[in-house]
Amino acid sequence: MSEEVAIPDLNPALELDCRGMNCPLPILKTKKAIGEIEVGEILKMVATDPGAVADMAAFSRRTGHVLEQQSEGDGEYVFFFRRAK
Amino acid sequence: MNNDDRPTKLALIASKGTLDWAYPPYILASTAAALDMEVAVFFTFYGLPLLMKDLKAKVSPHSNPAMPMKMPFGSEGFQGFSWPIPNAISGVVPGFDSFATAMMKKTFANKGVATIEELREACVETGVRLIGCQMTMDVFGFSRDDFIEECEIGGAATFLEFAAESDISLFI
Repeated sequence: MSEEVAIPDLNPALELDCRGMNCPLPILKTKKAIGEIEVGEILKMVATDPGAVADMAAFSRRTGHVLEQQSEGDGEYVFFFRRAK
Repeated sequence: MNNDDRPTKLALIASKGTLDWAYPPYILASTAAALDMEVAVFFTFYGLPLLMKDLKAKVSPHSNPAMPMKMPFGSEGFQGFSWPIPNAISGVVPGFDSFATAMMKKTFANKGVATIEELREACVETGVRLIGCQMTMDVFGFSRDDFIEECEIGGAATFLEFAAESDISLFI
């Protein structure tokens, strides 16, 4: 039996470049940027700070904005947030 | 959010005014606000100048053996070298603190760390309550005009009223 997995639409409404920034700038910029999109829309954020991985997960848990997907490669970390409220 | 749906509250006391100690309260306050927390910071004694319009915070390596003295330029090996500066030099050479401050600011910029001005601006934008200590202002001879308009002026009771309802309280 095959199960249909709903793939969320991750087309970003806004892209944010936090490469080269250190703690806590990626969090501050992400918070600001997510306020600029509509509820349900996607924010894509790219960072180079390895600390952002744990911090973005905490940001998602505290604020409720959904971390739909994250990936890592070539020293860059990519996050897709869906604005929740 | 807590279980009762009221926002989590963070209460900080900023009591130190050197550049290195300016970071913890401003980083925690701005980040907490980004995490939807309600934040108040009480700036008292040497922390009060961190609310001045013109920020002049410096770092002082003198008698601070934990502070690595590194250069923010040159080859990787050169930058990695920690310079052993005796107290006899760091304490008497004129301008040593200014030099160390410039080096630290350069290093922070190289590493993509925000300036104190940027973090303070983030606090103002996100509605962090910045409370300057009236008593400190009086004893150090400052006036209201020396401080940013966005801060409020209060005393121990002003801070404690907020801290009494807080989930996290830190003295820095």
